[in-house]
Amino acid sequence: MISLDIWMRENPLTYVWFGSYAVALLIFAIEIAMVKHKRKITLQQVRLMRNAGDDARDEGIA
Amino acid sequence: MKKSTMLDLLVLVIRRDLVLAMRRRADVLATLIFFVMVVSLFPLGVGPELDMLRKMAAGVLWVAALLASMLSLGRLFSADYLDGTLEQMMLAPQSLSMLVLGKMTAHWMVSGLPLVLLAPVLGLQFDMSARALGVLIVGLLLGTPILSMVGAIGAALTLGLRGGGVLLSLLVLPLCIPVLIFGTGAVEAVSSGLSVASHLSLLGALLVLALVFTPWVTAQALRISME
Amino acid sequence: MAINWFKYSAPTTFYGLAGKMIPWFAFSAAILFAIGLYIGFFVAPTDAQQGEFYRIMFIHVPASILSMFLYLIMAGYAALGLIFNTRLSAMMATAIAPTGALFALISLWTGALWGKPMWGTWWLWDARLTSELILLFLYLGFIALHASIDDPRRADRAAALLAIVGSVNVPIIYFSVKWWNTLHQGSTIKFSGTTMHIAMQQAMFTMLAACWLYAIAVVLARVRSIILERERNTTWIADLPEVKQ
Repeated sequence: MISLDIWMRENPLTYVWFGSYAVALLIFAIEIAMVKHKRKITLQQVRLMRNAGDDARDEGIA
Repeated sequence: MKKSTMLDLLVLVIRRDLVLAMRRRADVLATLIFFVMVVSLFPLGVGPELDMLRKMAAGVLWVAALLASMLSLGRLFSADYLDGTLEQMMLAPQSLSMLVLGKMTAHWMVSGLPLVLLAPVLGLQFDMSARALGVLIVGLLLGTPILSMVGAIGAALTLGLRGGGVLLSLLVLPLCIPVLIFGTGAVEAVSSGLSVASHLSLLGALLVLALVFTPWVTAQALRISME
Repeated sequence: MAINWFKYSAPTTFYGLAGKMIPWFAFSAAILFAIGLYIGFFVAPTDAQQGEFYRIMFIHVPASILSMFLYLIMAGYAALGLIFNTRLSAMMATAIAPTGALFALISLWTGALWGKPMWGTWWLWDARLTSELILLFLYLGFIALHASIDDPRRADRAAALLAIVGSVNVPIIYFSVKWWNTLHQGSTIKFSGTTMHIAMQQAMFTMLAACWLYAIAVVLARVRSIILERERNTTWIADLPEVKQ
C-alpha cells in the first residue's frame, strides 16, 4: 500500500477528515438511526398489543 | 458422630467430582488431545525454524492452555444442573462457596493439572531450554487454577444457555488475559535475563485473589442463573 | 424546593423526564461538536512533530475516555440494580452498553489511523490501544450475555455480575498490558513538547464535552425504548400520547 502512504503524506487533512472524523460521524449517525428505529418498532409492538387487548375485550374474551 | 468440617465438605465434593470425571474419561482425554493438537498445529503453520519456535513456544502453550480450559469449563456445572444435583447443593445448609471451591479444584485436577504435566513434552517440541521450561511449568501451575476459577464464573453465568461454550469463551477470555501476559512474560524474562520472580509472584498474587473472591462470586452467579 | 430523587427512579417518571431532557443534550452536543471541530481544525496550529495528523486526537482521546468511563458507569448502575433491585438501574446499564462499545470502536479505529502516519503501521500493541480492544471485548460480552438470556430478570442480573467482575478486571488488565508492553516494545503515543498549545486544549475539552452530551442524549433515548418494551403491559404506557395515537 505504498501509494496510500504517499497520498496520505500529501493530503494529511483529507486523510484525517475522511479517515477519522467522517467515520466517527458515520458511527454516530448509525447509532442515532438504530435508536430511532428501535423506538419506532417498540411503539408499534406496544400499540399492536394494546389493540389486540382492546379487541379481545370488546369481543368479551379478555 | 463426627461433626463434619468445611474441609471434609471440600474433600467430599472433590472426590465426587473426580469420580464422576473418571466415569467420563473420554471428555477429559478429548480436551487434553485438543491441547496437544493445537500446540502441534503451530509449527505446522509457521514452519520448523527452531529460532522462531523457541520464541513462540511460551505464547503458543499458554494460548492452547486457555483454549483447552474454555472447552472443559462447560462441563463444570452442566451435569449437576441437568440432573437436579445443583439445586440440592444450593438448598443445602452448607456454604455454597465451599461447594463451588470443591468443584473448581476437581475441575483443575482433571483439566489444568494434566496440561501442566504435558507441557514439558510439548515444550521440547519447540526446543525450549530447560530453564525456560521450568519457568513455564511453574507459571502454568499457578495460572491454570486461576483459569478454572475465573472460568467457573462464566460457566455459572451461562448455565443452560443456548450459546453455551462459545459465549462462555467470549466472556471469560478477556478476563484471563493478565494470566496469559504474566505467564508468558515470565518465560520471556528467562531469555532476556530479567527478573522471573516478579512475574511469577504477580501470578501468585492473582491466584490468591482468585481463591478469595471467585468462589463467592460464582455462588452468586449460580443463584442468579437458578432463580 | 426539595427534589424527591427517588421519584425519578421509577420508570414512569423517568420516562417523561428523559424525554424532556434529550433535545437539550442533543442540541448542545451538536453545537459543541461544531465549535470543537472549528477550533481543532482552524484555530489550533500545526504540530511540530506530527504535522496535521495529531488532529485525530480530538476525536480519539474523547472516545477513549468515554468508553472507559461509560463502562464504569454501566457497572455502577448494574451494581445498584443488583443490590437495590431497582428496575431502572438495570435498564440504564443495558442502555449504556452499545454506546460504550461504539465509542471503544471509534477509539480503536482512530487510534489505528493515528498509528499509521506515526509508526507506519495500522495496528500498534500499545498498552492503551490493547486495553481498549479488551474493553471492547468486555462490552461485547456484556451485550452478548444479556441477549442470550430470555428471562429479563435473569438477563439483567447475570449481565450485571459480569459487568462488575469486568470492572474489577479493567485495572488489572491495564497494568498487565502496560507491563507487557514495556517489556516488548515501549512505543507509546506521545506529544511534542511538554504542554499543549492552548487552542489544542480548548479543542480537546470542547470535543470531550460534546461527546459526553451526545452519549447522555443517546443513552436516554435508548433507555426510553427499553422502558416502553419492559413496561408494555402497564396502564401508564397505554395512556401515553405516542401509544394512543
